Amino acid sequence: MQPGEGRDPDSWNELMTAVADSRDKEAFSRLFSHFAPRVKGYLMRGGATASQAEEIAQETMVTVWRKAHLFDPKKASASTWLFTIARNQRIDRIRRERRPEPDPDDPAFAPDPVAQPDREVSAQQDVNAVRRALAELPDSQREVVLLSFFEDESHSAIAERLQLPIGTVKSRIRLALKRMDMLLDRNAYGERE
Amino acid sequence: MTIRHHVTDDLLLAYAAGSLSEGWSLAVATHLALCPDCRGRESRFQALGGAVLEEFAPAAIADDALAACLSRLDERVPAEPPHLEPARQAMILPQPLRDYAGGDADAVRWSMVGGGIRQCLLSVRSRERARLLYIPAGESVPEHGHRGMELTLVLAGSFADGGSEFRRGDIEVADEQLSHTPVAGYGEPCICLAVTDAPLIFRSLMPRLVQRFVRI
Repeated sequence: MQPGEGRDPDSWNELMTAVADSRDKEAFSRLFSHFAPRVKGYLMRGGATASQAEEIAQETMVTVWRKAHLFDPKKASASTWLFTIARNQRIDRIRRERRPEPDPDDPAFAPDPVAQPDREVSAQQDVNAVRRALAELPDSQREVVLLSFFEDESHSAIAERLQLPIGTVKSRIRLALKRMDMLLDRNAYGERE
Repeated sequence: MTIRHHVTDDLLLAYAAGSLSEGWSLAVATHLALCPDCRGRESRFQALGGAVLEEFAPAAIADDALAACLSRLDERVPAEPPHLEPARQAMILPQPLRDYAGGDADAVRWSMVGGGIRQCLLSVRSRERARLLYIPAGESVPEHGHRGMELTLVLAGSFADGGSEFRRGDIEVADEQLSHTPVAGYGEPCICLAVTDAPLIFRSLMPRLVQRFVRI
């Protein structure tokens, strides 16, 4: 068993909250042991050299410490939040591009409708539910979804690698995502009953 | 405001995954600023990123890595300068687009393309071409096809294309198969963001000559 496996994602959220609220270095160290090797693995899978990945993984973890006050467990689980930081580091440091993002404080930003009970449910789409749904996808669909996370210039690169027409790649991705929606909704209902 | 034409799932996933290049991402992010529905979907796709992070084999990290990080935690970090911008009502260009355009629509430095149409090329670090287009009311963009994809996001006014109408926040995803002639709605000029990955292919000779000079 991997260290941390079987751990409730809630406990990662608690550790993140401890880092945010009480600047808890012990909590940070435990997050580091679990996530730093995973971030490094993710970066290497995305084409970084081992030393580049090592450096960026460390930078990601320091950024996690510095931006901890922005972590909101109601919006995303710790793994998801960490992923977005690692992803942004990858775009900035490896691809050397900017990542344009909307700004919720912008007066032109269209706010979320006020009451959204469904959103609460989907916000805890915690990583375990998504992993279960991912595991239930047919191999050919899971493959294109996972490749989407690593192939830059994504669709044409994925099409080339799998030797498929680009239209097939796109439709396979769309099918996979529809199926995941179905699985996630079904599982969410199952859990509530 | 009801948005009827949304960004496709494959593009939204690539954006959430961080594998969509900057030009396309600009169109997706600007649509997201105007579309709460797609933001909800994007957060689901980011959760998929969290799952991917857990899914892949961890790589061995250097022995002194944790100590190196811990030693940096107490460093003082200069605070990021606050993003100061006069608060104004009814802005046409949402963020992140204003950063690329150098301000709201009234600050854009347009250049003439012909037929009353104006454009402003935006600088992105990837190979796509991103531009703002200003199309006078009722005017049409000459019929064109693409070698690749074209994303067109309406910011003001509207345009009609192939029987559908596109209004503020709506995005049209066009590919090689589609040759189209977007026509701006009557009443007010249409301002839109257009991103292409290859020069547009115009069907008639005249715009092709113009094309050489204006880099469409």
